[in-house]
Amino acid sequence: MKGYKKYYGQKILWYLLTLVFAVGLNFVLPRLMPGDPVSAIAGKSVSGMTDATAIEKVYEDYSNKFGINKPMYVQFFTWLKNAAHGDFGVSFSQYPRSVADIVSSSVWWTICLQLPAILVGWILGNVLGAVSAYKKGVFDKAILPAFMFVSNVPAFGMATILLFIFSLKLGVFPSSGGYGFDMMPSATWAFVKSVLSHYQLPFWSIVLTTIGGQAIGMRSMSIYELNADYVKYSRFLGIKDRTIVKYVFRNAMLPQITGLAMSLGTMMGGALVAEIIFSYPGLGSTMLQAVRGQDYPLLSACTLMITIMVLLANLFVELIYGVVDPRVKANQQDS
Amino acid sequence: MKNMIKQVFHSGKFVTGFVIFVLILLTILFYPLLVSRDPLEMMGKGNFFKPGTYVSKAEVAGADNDYELNVNTSAARVESRLDNETRAAIAGWLEKYGKVKSSDVNVSDGEGLLKLWKKYYDPKVKQKGMTAAKSKKYQRLDKEISGILDSNPLVLAEKNNETGDYENEKELSEKKFVNEKDISNKQTFLLGTDNFGRDVLTELVSATGSSLKIGLVAGVIATVIGLILGLLAGYLGGIADNLIMFVTNLFTVIPSFVLLILISYSVGQSQRGIMMVAVLIGCTSWPWTTRSVRSQVISLRNRDHVNLSKLSGHSLFRIILTDILPYVASYVVMAFILQISSGILSEAQLSMIGLGPATTKTATLGLMMNWATMYSAHLNGSWWAYFPVVLTIALISFSLNLMNTGLDQVFNPELRD
Repeated sequence: MKGYKKYYGQKILWYLLTLVFAVGLNFVLPRLMPGDPVSAIAGKSVSGMTDATAIEKVYEDYSNKFGINKPMYVQFFTWLKNAAHGDFGVSFSQYPRSVADIVSSSVWWTICLQLPAILVGWILGNVLGAVSAYKKGVFDKAILPAFMFVSNVPAFGMATILLFIFSLKLGVFPSSGGYGFDMMPSATWAFVKSVLSHYQLPFWSIVLTTIGGQAIGMRSMSIYELNADYVKYSRFLGIKDRTIVKYVFRNAMLPQITGLAMSLGTMMGGALVAEIIFSYPGLGSTMLQAVRGQDYPLLSACTLMITIMVLLANLFVELIYGVVDPRVKANQQDS
Repeated sequence: MKNMIKQVFHSGKFVTGFVIFVLILLTILFYPLLVSRDPLEMMGKGNFFKPGTYVSKAEVAGADNDYELNVNTSAARVESRLDNETRAAIAGWLEKYGKVKSSDVNVSDGEGLLKLWKKYYDPKVKQKGMTAAKSKKYQRLDKEISGILDSNPLVLAEKNNETGDYENEKELSEKKFVNEKDISNKQTFLLGTDNFGRDVLTELVSATGSSLKIGLVAGVIATVIGLILGLLAGYLGGIADNLIMFVTNLFTVIPSFVLLILISYSVGQSQRGIMMVAVLIGCTSWPWTTRSVRSQVISLRNRDHVNLSKLSGHSLFRIILTDILPYVASYVVMAFILQISSGILSEAQLSMIGLGPATTKTATLGLMMNWATMYSAHLNGSWWAYFPVVLTIALISFSLNLMNTGLDQVFNPELRD
C-alpha cells in the first residue's frame, strides 16, 4: 500500500507541476504577439478618429481596462485569480458572451465525441492487432493492411470522405451541426435522436482512422510476446493454448496503455480538426471561430481546456497503469 | 553499410513505400516541365468547375469543317440531362395524375418517359392532394424538359458592325459535328478548378512540393534537437539527464498541437510564412525523438567498447560521435521519417484551424483543404477540390510509414514474420 501511495503522490505532483507550466505558457504566449492584442482592439475603435488626444485617451482607457499597463507578474496573478473562478473574460468575436460561457457549452460536445471515439478505436485496434498476430491469414494479409492504409488518412480527410458518401450521396446522415438546426437543446426524444444521427459521422471518422495505428503496435507486441521464452516453456509444460494466449495478450496490452496516454494529445488534435468539417459545436469549431475573429481570450481558454483534458486523461491512464502493472510501482520504490 | 542498404532494399514494405514516395517526388519534379503556367493562376471565373475538357463555344459553332453523322442525338441528350430525381418525379406524376398504368412507365427509358409526359401532362388536370408549390414545380419541370426533345436547328449569324445587320446566317442542325482535334481553344482540367478558379491538379502538385518542404525542414529541426538532447541526457546522466527529461516530459504531456496553435497565433499573421510554420512544427515535435534516443543511449552507455573509449581518454564529443551515434543511427533515421510525415500532417491541421502559412503566393496541402472548406466544397459536392488533397496526404504518410515499418523489420529481426 505504501508503494501505491508514493507512486500516486509523485504522479499527481508531477502533473500539477506540468499544469502550472502549461498555464504559464498559455498566459505568456499570446502576450508575445507583435503589437499587443489590446492595441489591435483599440485600433478598431479609433479608426475614423482624428483628434490625437482622444485617440490616446482611448488607448489609455483600453490598457487600463485590460490591465496591460501593469507589470507582467501582476497581470499574471490577476489572470490566474480570475481563471480559477472560471472567469476568462469577455469574448471579442462573440461580444457580449463570456468566454467561460462559450467554452463550457462546447467542451461537453468535444468530450462526448472524442472520449468514446478514441476508446472504441483503441479497443477495436487492439483486438484487430491481437487477432492478426495470433490467427494470421486474412486478418494479417487483408484487413490489417487495409486499416493501415486508412489510418494514414487524417481524421479530417476521413470526415470529408464519410460526409461525401453518407450525407451527400446516400443522404443517410445529416452533414453538419451537432443537432438539427430547427431544434433547441432539450430532453425530448426527438432531440436525442437528432443528436445521435449527427453523432455518427464524426464518431466513425475518428474511430476508423484510429484503428490502424493501434492495431500495428499491438500486432508487433503480440508477435514479440508470442516468441518469448516463457511462451515456449509453457508450451513444453503442456499448458493449454487458451491460457497462454491470455497471458501473452495481457503482457502485450501494457505498452499499448502507455501508448494511448502518449498519443492522446496527437489524436485529439486530429479529431478537433475533424469537428470543423462537420461544424460540430465542439472546441475545434470554437477555435476556428476564435482564430477567424482574432479572439485571443477565447483561443487561449480553448487551448487551456484541451491541455487540462489531455493532462487529466494522461494522469488517469498512469494511475490505472499502476494497478494493472505492479512492476511500475515497484520500480518507483527502488529508486 | 553497403550490406545494410542492400538488406533494406530486400524488404518488400520498404521498397513499396520507397517507390510510392519516389513517384510522388518525380511528379513534383517533372510536372512543371510539362505544364509551365503559374500554379496559382486563376483560370476560371467562378468557383468549382467540374473536371473535364472545356471547349470554346464560339469556335465550335463557327468551325469550318462540318461533319454530318447519322446518329440519334436526342436520345443521348435525354439520357444525360434527365437525372434520376427528375425521372422519379415524372414517373410519380404520370402514375398518380396522368392515369398511366405503372407497367407502362419505365424509368430507365428516358425518351419513352418524356413522350408519355408530353402526351399526358396538363397543368390544368385536377391534382388532388398536391400543394400549390409542388404543382408550380411540375410546371417549371415541364418548361425545362420541353426543350430536351426539340430538334429545331439553331441559327447562327455574324453581326456586321457598319450596318448593324446580321449576315452569313448558318443553320446548325442536330446532326452536324465538329472534330475535337480541329478546335484550338480548349482547356483540360483533369481535377477541375477550385474556389478561386485555379486548376486543382497544377495547384496540387506545387502544394505537395511545398508541404514536403515543410515536412523536411520540420523533420530536420525536430531530429537535430531531439538527437542532441537525447544523446546528452542518455550519455551524461545525472542532473543533465534529470533536467532534460523534465523538460521533455513536460512537452510530451502538453499536446504539441496546442503549443503549435498558441505559438503560431502569437507569431502573428505577417510573420507566418511557409518556413516559419516549418520551424515552429520542428520546434514543437522533438520530444519523441529525445525519448527514444535517450533510452537507446542508456542501453549503450555501459557497453565495453564505450568503456574502452573512455579509458583511452577520448573526448566526450568523440565518444558520442564514434561509439554511440552509429548504433542509434538507424533509430534516428526511422524517427526522422516519421517526423516528416507528422510534420506534413501538423501543417495541414494548423491550416485547417486557420493558423497555417499566411500566404497567397504558394499553396500547401493544408491551405488547399482550408480554402476548400471555407468555400464549403465539402457541402456542395465539389469532391475534386478536396479528395485529391486528402489522398495525397494519405499517400505521402502511407509511403513514409511503410518505409519506416520496413526499416524496423530489418533492424529488429524479432518483428519479422
